[in-house]
Amino acid sequence: MIKNKSILFNRENLGDCLAIALNKNPQDILMEIRESNLKGRGGAGFPTGTKWMLAAASLANKKYVVCNADEGEPGTFKDRVLLSDFPDLVFEGMVISGYAIGAQKGFMYLRGEYSYLLKQLNDQLEKMLKEKRLGKNILGKGYDFEIEIRLGAGAYVCGEETALIESLEGHRGEARNRPPYPVNTGFMGNPTIVNNVETFVTAAIIMSRGGEWFTKLGTGKSKGHKLVSVSGDCEEPGVYEVPFGISINELLKMVKAKNAKAVQVGGASGYCACEGEFERQISFEDLSTGGSIMIFNQSRDMLHVLRNFMEFFVEESCGQCTPCRIGNKKLLEGVEKIEQGDCSLSYLRELIELGKTMKIASKCGLGQSSPTPFISIMTNFEQEIFSQR
Amino acid sequence: MIDTKQNAMTEEIEMLVGKYGRTRDALMPIIQNIQVNHGMVTDFAQQEVARMLDVHPVEVYGVVTFYSFLSETPKGRYIVRLCKTISCDMAGKEAVARAVERELGVKFGETTRDNKFSLEYINCMGMCDQGPSMLVNDLVFTKLTPHTVVDILNRFK
Amino acid sequence: MDKIVKDNRAPVSQKPLVMAKVDKDAIGATVGIEINGNPYKVMLGTTILEACRENNIHVPTLCYHEDLCLAGVCRVCVVEVEGMNTLQAACTFPIINKVKVRTTSEKVRKARRHVLDLMLSEHYGECYSCHRNGNCELQKLAKEYGVDSYKFGHIQERRYKIDRSSYAVVRDMDKCILCKRCVRTCIDLQEVGVLEAINRGDKTKITTFMDKPLAEVVCISCGQCINRCPTGALKANDPSDEIWNVIDDPSKHVVIQTAPSPRAAIGEEFGLPAGISMTKQMNRALKMIGFDKVFDTNFSADLTIMEEGTELLLRLKKKLVEGDNNVRLPQFTSCSPGWIKYIEHFYPEYLDYLSTCKSPQQMFGAVIKTFYANENKIDPANIVTVALMPCSAKKFECNRPEMNASGFKDVDYGLTTRELAQMIREAGLFLPDLPPDTFDEPFGEASGAGLIFGATGGVMEAALRTAYELVTGRVVPFENLDILPCRGFDGVKQASVKLENVKPEWSFLEGVDLNFMIAHGTANAKKVMEALVRGELSNIHFIEVMACPGGCLGGGGQPIPTSPEIRKKRAEAIYQEDAGLPVRKSHENPHITYIYEKFLTEGPCGHLSHKLLHTHYVKRGKYIG
Repeated sequence: MIKNKSILFNRENLGDCLAIALNKNPQDILMEIRESNLKGRGGAGFPTGTKWMLAAASLANKKYVVCNADEGEPGTFKDRVLLSDFPDLVFEGMVISGYAIGAQKGFMYLRGEYSYLLKQLNDQLEKMLKEKRLGKNILGKGYDFEIEIRLGAGAYVCGEETALIESLEGHRGEARNRPPYPVNTGFMGNPTIVNNVETFVTAAIIMSRGGEWFTKLGTGKSKGHKLVSVSGDCEEPGVYEVPFGISINELLKMVKAKNAKAVQVGGASGYCACEGEFERQISFEDLSTGGSIMIFNQSRDMLHVLRNFMEFFVEESCGQCTPCRIGNKKLLEGVEKIEQGDCSLSYLRELIELGKTMKIASKCGLGQSSPTPFISIMTNFEQEIFSQR
Repeated sequence: MIDTKQNAMTEEIEMLVGKYGRTRDALMPIIQNIQVNHGMVTDFAQQEVARMLDVHPVEVYGVVTFYSFLSETPKGRYIVRLCKTISCDMAGKEAVARAVERELGVKFGETTRDNKFSLEYINCMGMCDQGPSMLVNDLVFTKLTPHTVVDILNRFK
Repeated sequence: MDKIVKDNRAPVSQKPLVMAKVDKDAIGATVGIEINGNPYKVMLGTTILEACRENNIHVPTLCYHEDLCLAGVCRVCVVEVEGMNTLQAACTFPIINKVKVRTTSEKVRKARRHVLDLMLSEHYGECYSCHRNGNCELQKLAKEYGVDSYKFGHIQERRYKIDRSSYAVVRDMDKCILCKRCVRTCIDLQEVGVLEAINRGDKTKITTFMDKPLAEVVCISCGQCINRCPTGALKANDPSDEIWNVIDDPSKHVVIQTAPSPRAAIGEEFGLPAGISMTKQMNRALKMIGFDKVFDTNFSADLTIMEEGTELLLRLKKKLVEGDNNVRLPQFTSCSPGWIKYIEHFYPEYLDYLSTCKSPQQMFGAVIKTFYANENKIDPANIVTVALMPCSAKKFECNRPEMNASGFKDVDYGLTTRELAQMIREAGLFLPDLPPDTFDEPFGEASGAGLIFGATGGVMEAALRTAYELVTGRVVPFENLDILPCRGFDGVKQASVKLENVKPEWSFLEGVDLNFMIAHGTANAKKVMEALVRGELSNIHFIEVMACPGGCLGGGGQPIPTSPEIRKKRAEAIYQEDAGLPVRKSHENPHITYIYEKFLTEGPCGHLSHKLLHTHYVKRGKYIG
């Protein structure tokens, strides 16, 4: 359930998104999505319209749509809420994108941890098949599209789109080299668009409300509203719809957080903001998030928090590339050294430099973002951490 | 005895292959089914899947060991997975973890002697607003305390 | 954009982007790029690494290997591409539009150094106690980047037990840097599928099915993984200490036979470019080391031709004249022990198609411990036979329990080219400087036909030179005896020779097109076997298979590194040496005539031959218990 009053994720006066979309031609859908300036809701923020257009431009016979429901970023659970409350719009968004790019098949890659949602989602698919909103000749428009749900099996890295595709193909979830990108060479070598659950729902809603309406929400470069999952030290944790541009302070007030000393924006792989930064905004221009907001109050030991994050990455790295596999381990060992009180400042600096290398030299987004909490926590809370040891 | 068991496994895999296909992209659903039905993917099952999908057994092994929810070693009938990520951690995971260990008489990473429970940690399972949380097979339990977790486990005993 | 996907089973994600062949001058075929501020023109689809190499710009690599599909995992070759936030792996980045690349910027240098520091922190052991000391890619990079300390520590304790279970390959995973070259070699290049990465994160490691010892899985011992390992994680099972011991023991008569391929490659171990034959210098070195006799395996290669050629003609006769449907054709060669183990594991129902001939190595061992021992009045119990081979599977082969026809272990030790080079160094010798020397009698001179066994297609060419002449009484109708359709590195080759005006005793072969195929590398062998299974090879008579890409000259015991270019050079050296030899047909080797007169008096495939020179195979299957 979304906890506050929703504007975007609101069914009131929402038209039949799928019917509206299928009455347009694919080109118009692509234009509308592009004009809405919708950016990917999974965290990376790639313009959805561009992604769809690239796939649509390909002349390949087979194309695929993949819904990334492998919501694994620590502190993120807004897709769980969407899958529970808006499964119809998730799937309709997939059909719409398939129609727009010329795909006949879609996969939903649902994380194994959410397998309890599987029945409900399959029921939804059944219902749509019966109502001719899926399958052959959808709504009598002559367009065919099928959706298959595939379960993940407990691997955070499969949230990375190319690792996800590898997993769909029956391989270890090891990210691919990019370029070529999935829109060009995706599932089984065919053009494939991979979008987050929220992106599909948002795209479906845009069909009804219009791209122009959407651009009136949010900030200059971050259009629309975003779902955030708030957890940690606050009285009202949960999923909230917020406009892009909301400050951390405003957010803290909304969820009734007192005494906050740090806010982790964007999950374990995100940035840890300290009190002095609470006027910063949630947006693609400033602090970007796939939906995770974690709040830490004055009583929390930030080194303990960091250790928890680094343990996570050491386990969840796919292990193929050197910077991520060994780098995260070295950062974790660094945390342990600090805990034991035998990490010199010069070694800490060396580790921060290593983190910067990992951010640019790792093969995929996991290793490119996993040093972020290390660097931000060790920068923002260095004095506090060292003074306690 | 082993032979009949193996024949049954082969038949089961043949059925799964019939359902999901013989191409490599059928691998995950097939072994996930085997995992759910048998609590593990035995070395025999891995080789049978490999044979039918025309991949190398070691590739199946590579896949099975990659994913946390797949296992080449036997697991208990109920796999208890307690979330250890920071939100659940801050909400009191540690006390719950100790209570579970004491209750089942095993440490994390172990299986009870009667093969009923396997105790594992899991990384963020998306219940951060209701922590501490855990999965028992595919059932979710949230807002755990040392007392409620014991009551829950007793239901499965 | 027309994309041709390379024809192997590598996952889509690892296949190089191969562009359709176009005229270099065609509009749009090339793209202008900038590397380090200088303009270059490259073909569309070229990777940054290829573009750099074409233009002599050095970019370090580690997981990249010319023979293998792409991985992009080591991150040593990262470069800066203008407009991209992150560094890109040069080995995988395809150039499809104008890019500006920097290969040595501060960011790049720092990142490479960090990557190296990370690898070194997990790389167990010290260089001076490693067999790859001086020929290690990691060591070379450490030098290139001036590593003078372990920035992020250095692992002090072993994590893994060394796997010495295999006769052929020793795995020390503590030295592994997870570049996955061995995985790509085993799964994609050879399609044997023994090695793969398991687990994930910091627990990732390369291992076998269910982490079993190598001897218990379907490893064919080809050793191609060793040839492509950048570090000391993989090596052949080295018998040189034991060989030194028997050399130093005056009661032992130590005989070495040397296969054709090592001599074409051993120079590389001493810094020579690929493609220089060291036959005569090697003879001198072996004598100086203290071997009592130095023989030429080419002799037993000639013997193999006599036996295997006769076997083929007999099979043809049985089939064509006697109508015996139990005769299996095509007949497959059996010289390559890696191939033998491959077919035993993967096609056990087809072992009858294999020639029953032992490999030249094993034939020689049996002859030395019987005929040679007898003629020279030496107790075979005191003879130690060493086989210098380009091959790691030969170590497995000589330990097969059935290989004791002489009453003793026919071949005591299989020694690789690399290991011999080490013995030569240990003896204080510098091979290229040694004066020439000959082989010892009575198995000294051999034919060029035996020599070309070293290259893929060589056995076929040698067999044709003899068989054609045997059947027709004339030399094969190819200029200078060079049967060119047998040569070159195509994965599977097929050709035929028409038999006309045959001798009366072979009248049933009149007008027959002798159809043959040649495959090298087990991935290609697999293609041939699948065709056989589908029943598509009924018109083929004879098939040569070598387990290793390029044939024996690319064997798992040969000098490291290997590449298509190096293998081509080695092949040239072999064919050149063949062209210069006085005797180039097996049946004209005087020692062959002699042994059939004096010892194997019933002739090829006679009773004694069958006892000593032929063998049987084991239905191993691929199930791993």
